[in-house]
Amino acid sequence: MDGIHDMGGITTFGPVIPEPGYHPFHHNWQRRAFALNLLATPFLGPVDRCRHARERIEPPRYLNQSYFESWMTMVAMLSQELGFATAEEIVTGKSKFKPGLPFPAPDAEAIAAFLKGGDPAIRDVDITPAFKPDDEVRARNMEVKGHTRLPRYVRGKRGTVVAYRGCHVFPDTHAHDRGENPHPLYGVRFEARELWGDNVTRRDCVYIDLWESYLEPRAEGEA
Amino acid sequence: MSHDDHAHDHGHAHDAPPSPYHSSQRSEERNRELTEKVARLEDLLVAKGIVDRGALDRAVDIYENDLGPMNGARVVARAWTDPAYKQRLLDNATAAIAELGYGGLQGEHMVVCENTPEIHNVVVCTLCSCYPWPVLGLPPTWYKDYAYRSRVVVDPRGVLADFGTELPDDVEVRVWDSSAEVRYLVLPERPAGTEGMSEEQLAELVERDAMIGVTKVEPA
Repeated sequence: MDGIHDMGGITTFGPVIPEPGYHPFHHNWQRRAFALNLLATPFLGPVDRCRHARERIEPPRYLNQSYFESWMTMVAMLSQELGFATAEEIVTGKSKFKPGLPFPAPDAEAIAAFLKGGDPAIRDVDITPAFKPDDEVRARNMEVKGHTRLPRYVRGKRGTVVAYRGCHVFPDTHAHDRGENPHPLYGVRFEARELWGDNVTRRDCVYIDLWESYLEPRAEGEA
Repeated sequence: MSHDDHAHDHGHAHDAPPSPYHSSQRSEERNRELTEKVARLEDLLVAKGIVDRGALDRAVDIYENDLGPMNGARVVARAWTDPAYKQRLLDNATAAIAELGYGGLQGEHMVVCENTPEIHNVVVCTLCSCYPWPVLGLPPTWYKDYAYRSRVVVDPRGVLADFGTELPDDVEVRVWDSSAEVRYLVLPERPAGTEGMSEEQLAELVERDAMIGVTKVEPA
């Protein structure tokens, strides 16, 4: 799905405004919005579905929300879509029914353990990777209907494999209840001029992680 | 150098004023609305049995107090003072970072990119806001804002100039777009004049922005 979230390469959002110090939250509501998102993920997830929900926010609203606001919007969206709450309940904040839940809400100890243990995306599957470092590849030029982690700015562009990262859960299917579909993930290098044309510094480049199904082989030197 | 000092005299004009949706532009009325909205959502999810309020408080406390750039700074200082550790860090960053006790959510698959006199690395997530939480905590506002996410891949030198960082033309700038679950930490160059400093003193010098790659570590 080609949405406004896929913004690599746009240059009209103005300067970046630095901010010294570690201030993860500027208002108390942001603390609550962040933690609500984190704690609801075991019920609303996987993370790929959550990312896709944010991508489905209509563009004008997406652009006019700060990140914590869009996280809150995502929690409200998925709570409704997955049948945990109604639109009316979201507006009022008053629960009118108790949903069937697969497990109880994790308590403080369970959450601390989850944050410490993490949620690895790598899977031990018996797949021989098709590419190896230094292989010349091209990112496929394709429009994906749902969630994807193949940004527009690399599609159709020539790159070079720099690393094999193992078989990782595939967001394009995992976001849509179509399985983890783990397969090879590679670090791929794209030269800046391949991506952006001749008006950029020759020696600069972008490194990005792409699944094997996002890539096709190309002969060395192929235009 | 503060942001105001360089006043964008870095050779190109910006096409738009600062983002109107930036948090500094949010009115107090809007903050009140959001406060009420999140409180209603919290009350609802607690009543539904989806969220435990004690766990909410704990999660906030962890990200405000236990995790943050001081963790990454310790990793960097260790790499600067222990060549064997640095090698392990470059070979398998997740395992080497775990040696110092850090790891977990959004740090399951770490890669460390070493800056050298020839190569400068900078990290972004153009599609959302992926960031190595265990070593840097939660990202600063600018990392999530559209100006950074959109422009650093196409104009990394211009974005670095917004931070007062100027790189010579013969340095290769590598932008790392965190498109999968791999998370990146930049290993900055150790500044000159720090030869006599302890690991703890060195860690004090290492700021978050240098580990994202938008600045360099300055000597004390």
